[in-house]
Amino acid sequence: MSSQLEQFIPVLMLGAFAVIVTVGMLLLSVVLGRRGRNSRMKNIAYECGMIPIGPSNVRLSVKFYLVAMLFILFDIEVVFLYPWAVIYRELLAEPAMKNVALISMVSFLGILFAGYLYAVKKGAFDWKD
Amino acid sequence: MAPSLHFLLFSALKVVIVTVVLLTIVAYTVYVERKVCAFIQDRIGPNRTGPLGLLQPLADAVKAFLKEDFVPGHVRRAYFWLAPAIVMIPSLVTIAVIPFGSVLGREPMVLADLNIGVLFTFAVVSLGVYGIVLAGYAANSKYPFMGGIRSSAQVISYEVAMGLSVVPVFLLTGNLNLGALVEYQSGGLFGWMIFKQPLAFLIFVVAAFAETNRLPFDMPEAEQELAGGYNVEYGSIKFAMFFLAEYANMVAASAMIVTLFLGGWSLPFLGLNQPAATWFAGLIHIGVFLGKMFAVLLVFIWLRWMLPRFRYDQLMDLGWKRFVPLALANVALTAIVLWLQAP
Repeated sequence: MSSQLEQFIPVLMLGAFAVIVTVGMLLLSVVLGRRGRNSRMKNIAYECGMIPIGPSNVRLSVKFYLVAMLFILFDIEVVFLYPWAVIYRELLAEPAMKNVALISMVSFLGILFAGYLYAVKKGAFDWKD
Repeated sequence: MAPSLHFLLFSALKVVIVTVVLLTIVAYTVYVERKVCAFIQDRIGPNRTGPLGLLQPLADAVKAFLKEDFVPGHVRRAYFWLAPAIVMIPSLVTIAVIPFGSVLGREPMVLADLNIGVLFTFAVVSLGVYGIVLAGYAANSKYPFMGGIRSSAQVISYEVAMGLSVVPVFLLTGNLNLGALVEYQSGGLFGWMIFKQPLAFLIFVVAAFAETNRLPFDMPEAEQELAGGYNVEYGSIKFAMFFLAEYANMVAASAMIVTLFLGGWSLPFLGLNQPAATWFAGLIHIGVFLGKMFAVLLVFIWLRWMLPRFRYDQLMDLGWKRFVPLALANVALTAIVLWLQAP
């Protein structure tokens, strides 16, 4: 096993321990928790004491879907920036790559920003009606 | 080659100790929050359990376990059980890559010295949002649903700004590993990233507030509108787990801020900017890290009681219309400055 993969063993251990702690807490509460009586009112959705009216899955603004889509777009762009950020200084040290490193990424940022401006102008981020 | 027994053993030991310490810190952050809040509001705060109410977290935990573990009839059962676990587990795993000290003896004081460091943290932090959405969906009731949707939109919006804000930091260091980042900052006080990248620091801190659903960005909970948001239908330990996860995320965010911008375990004087040579220095480093982390945590708590809540459209405006272009400009600016400095 390479040492790079070996580095992930503690992460797996931590994950396993977190799962054990979480499941343990849930189970412990089932065992220790006192039992109460059940009633019809106890099973009704909580709306500050009012009896709920209408379906529980209220309609939500389409804006939320838009935000989710834009998030996926922009977050992927951000991930593209990381490898560039890591090797940027190395590239600058090489005379042949110096300008390429800057221009390629700044133009990428420029295109990204153009798309961003389009979304802004279309009102994708306006939450006031 | 199989990993050595020594490595496995010490990793397991560190995992258990760090998790227990984290949970203790989380419990006492809740206590400190209540005390500070009481102080700011001219009250006394918890003072019945033990001296100064110091046993309050313990009493809260016992209470959460002993309460009836009630599952209301209208919820989607499987998801209802799954949601608190999905919120809780990532909040505990986030700290895996954070160097909380230099070395103790010969053992590096970090759980996993991953070369992708900060990417791992972002990936794990993002997982938490699933739990919140799932909690809102599972409860099958209006307040939790609204809270869950609001929260997810808010968290993912600020994740973009957060991800962009740290790119300049890594332009400077050329390494995603957080241990290397701390060493880069250990040169002196002005080597700290907060002085080299103040704009990135500002954006990151505000985004961290939004990511952890803290005031002034606590729309998902907004007691006055949603009576608590996505966790309304939860009780007993399941509610406590949402609560714990929120504070664990806060602790992890503070640890990230300290590591990224405030020099991690290093201090620029007393020769504490080098990896520790002795056990004593190693312990001091851990102390320095925890001290800085508590200072940031205190700011988190303090601001909560000082600022009013944003409106939702203001929140989205700030995230998308202010921070995203600012962070992009910061990336481009840093890249150009580095280019000009290059020989």
